[in-house]
Amino acid sequence: MRSDFDRRPDPELLLRQLDAQEDQLQHERLKVFLGYASGVGKSFRMLDEGRRRRARGQDVVIGAMQANMPAELAHLVQTLEVIPLKKIGDGEAMDVEAILRRHPQVCLVDGVAHDNPPGSKNPKRWQDVEELLVAGIIVITSLNLQHIEERREEVERITGKRVTETVPERFLYAANEIVLVDVPPELLLERAGQPSTADPSSADTPRLSALREIALLLAAEVVDKQLEGYLLAHGIEQLWGTHERILVCLTPGSNAPAMIASGRRNADRFHGELFAVYVRHDRLTEKDEAALQAHLAVARLLEAQTEALDGDDPVETLMDFARAHRITQIFVGHSSRDHWWYRFLGGPLDRLIRAAEGIDVRVFPH
Amino acid sequence: MDTDSLKHGRLKVYLGYAAGVGKTYQMLADAHELVKKGVDVVIGYLEPHGRKDTITQALGLELIPRCKVEYRGSVFEEMNTLAILERHPEVCVVDELPHTNVPGSGHMKRWENVLELLEAGIDVLTTMNIQHLESLNDQVWNMTGVRVRETIPDWVMKQADEVVMVDLTPRALLNRLERGVVYPPEKARQAMQNFFQESTLVALREIALRQTAHEIEIRHVTLPDPTTETPAAMTEIPSVGTSTPSALSDRILVYVTEHPSTALLIRRGRRVADYLQADCFAVFVHGEMDFNSLPVAKREAVERHLSFARNLHIETRVLQGVDIASALSDFARLHSITQMFMVRPQYSPWEGFLGRNLIHRIVRYARDMQVTIVAERRRASRY
Repeated sequence: MRSDFDRRPDPELLLRQLDAQEDQLQHERLKVFLGYASGVGKSFRMLDEGRRRRARGQDVVIGAMQANMPAELAHLVQTLEVIPLKKIGDGEAMDVEAILRRHPQVCLVDGVAHDNPPGSKNPKRWQDVEELLVAGIIVITSLNLQHIEERREEVERITGKRVTETVPERFLYAANEIVLVDVPPELLLERAGQPSTADPSSADTPRLSALREIALLLAAEVVDKQLEGYLLAHGIEQLWGTHERILVCLTPGSNAPAMIASGRRNADRFHGELFAVYVRHDRLTEKDEAALQAHLAVARLLEAQTEALDGDDPVETLMDFARAHRITQIFVGHSSRDHWWYRFLGGPLDRLIRAAEGIDVRVFPH
Repeated sequence: MDTDSLKHGRLKVYLGYAAGVGKTYQMLADAHELVKKGVDVVIGYLEPHGRKDTITQALGLELIPRCKVEYRGSVFEEMNTLAILERHPEVCVVDELPHTNVPGSGHMKRWENVLELLEAGIDVLTTMNIQHLESLNDQVWNMTGVRVRETIPDWVMKQADEVVMVDLTPRALLNRLERGVVYPPEKARQAMQNFFQESTLVALREIALRQTAHEIEIRHVTLPDPTTETPAAMTEIPSVGTSTPSALSDRILVYVTEHPSTALLIRRGRRVADYLQADCFAVFVHGEMDFNSLPVAKREAVERHLSFARNLHIETRVLQGVDIASALSDFARLHSITQMFMVRPQYSPWEGFLGRNLIHRIVRYARDMQVTIVAERRRASRY
């Protein structure tokens, strides 16, 4: 018999590992400065990085800049080579052909969410950026949270302002590097010329704080994906728990609605992820099957990622899933009267606790 | 400016995920901005690590000279808190909040000096890295193999009025390290062995981003009321088994023993309690006539753990009872505990799963609460 800690080589895992290694080879190509509102200093950071790279001998140009910029930005722009925008009809777009001809090492692109005027080659500036990337040019760009398509509604609810120009979130995930430009709201209000500043109780502070939190968590998500890719590429199986991931184990007899509701609440507070799974087996009574289906319905209602697992040994099957999904907390129901697991195994709770290396096990008595 | 001399100072923390991300630089830049606006700013303590950029950035700011402290025949320099209080600026810049002072220089920790400045009505700008947060100590050890000794209790961080994340990509940080911007070459090579591995930096950065988000959330963002959190549709689903009282507010009990992993349990309990905004208790149970009848080694270990818990602002209790499981669950019921934290039992090849009986008995008694078994975080080797 295999021990709890035995691992089988998983061909799917090996493939993912190879993919991740390939991703790691694509060294810095796209770098995004992400801010939660305008005025946090994204463009400044982008230009400043351009200036420093140039000082280190890299060939840097500006592909696109906003039209009316504050003096400190204009000053930085003057120190760098600018490829002028191209007139198209009434509007302007980044001159992709000219940049490709010039073929610099690094191109700075401000306002990546801009829509190009009708008649342009690409409808969106971020698509222009993709062309530059394909040509092997490093692109450094700035992006405001409100322009991310998937976050637009959430942001609009907070700001009350409609946004039309957007970039898909995958653009951010494709970036090799993202930098969060963080500034406290009071400083932002002050920069925007709002009177006195030492007053953190300004009506705008809660709104800006809410945006700031979303941006920080979004950056954390992107970094988490990078970490996952990195660990995979280097074959590190260790659980680092940078992010809470809760796994609710469903059994017919467990008090699943309470477990799932608690899992949801905990996941929300930690801004973590929630999974609900059960291990399939064919000796369920009709009543048990119905109970299980009801549990799954609750799990889906509370937006848990649900899955049915196959395996001879429930404990091992659960642990395999937990390791693969970097679970940090396992929720299980337990009753001294509940003999469903005992029939096959004897002491599954003990075995689960013992196997859960580095994972908290939360027992819900019922 | 506020003229009320009794006002409490405001604390602003520049949070980073490693040395060299630019915390001190950013803090000094902000100090210059304040001076430009006519605010009275001094540097109380600066640790430039010989970095040229940082030293240049400090030029033009008033510096309060450090005081000299002699300890075991050597002379050390510490922040001169008395001189700062006497000078009484509006804002004081204090680098490296988690620093431990040399014995004999007043407070044990620099953060205690900072609390003193705040109490005197002085605003403080300060820096720290995420790995110094007490509740993350085990996780950081798990990732880096380094047991960080200079830690800050999480409640001190909560005193901050504002937390700002100073961000830099790990790759840019590693470039800086290679160019010798962060440390001299020998120290840089050493640093790359532990903290400065790319995967470690990425992980620490993620934790710092999430912590900053959490700090903002607890200060400025209103959470949904837990009593209305259960969606209406939930009530239509037939409940299976006994129903659990809906979580009005969480209350966590950490079961303290003499076992060394109790420290981990306390940190984990503290962290979960903070995120759930729950009350937290640490409880020890013994069957002796009184606490002092315990064997010395055991008593000392337990006292150490209880005092560690108190330092993290966890209420502690010592209960007397021969039956641990029933003493714990009686206390838990009396105090409306919703969740108990216990250490994972030890395994021994001779005796099997020790302590499993305690878990089973508690689960049986604690029908209406959850029991969380926390496993030690172990370090696996890289390959």
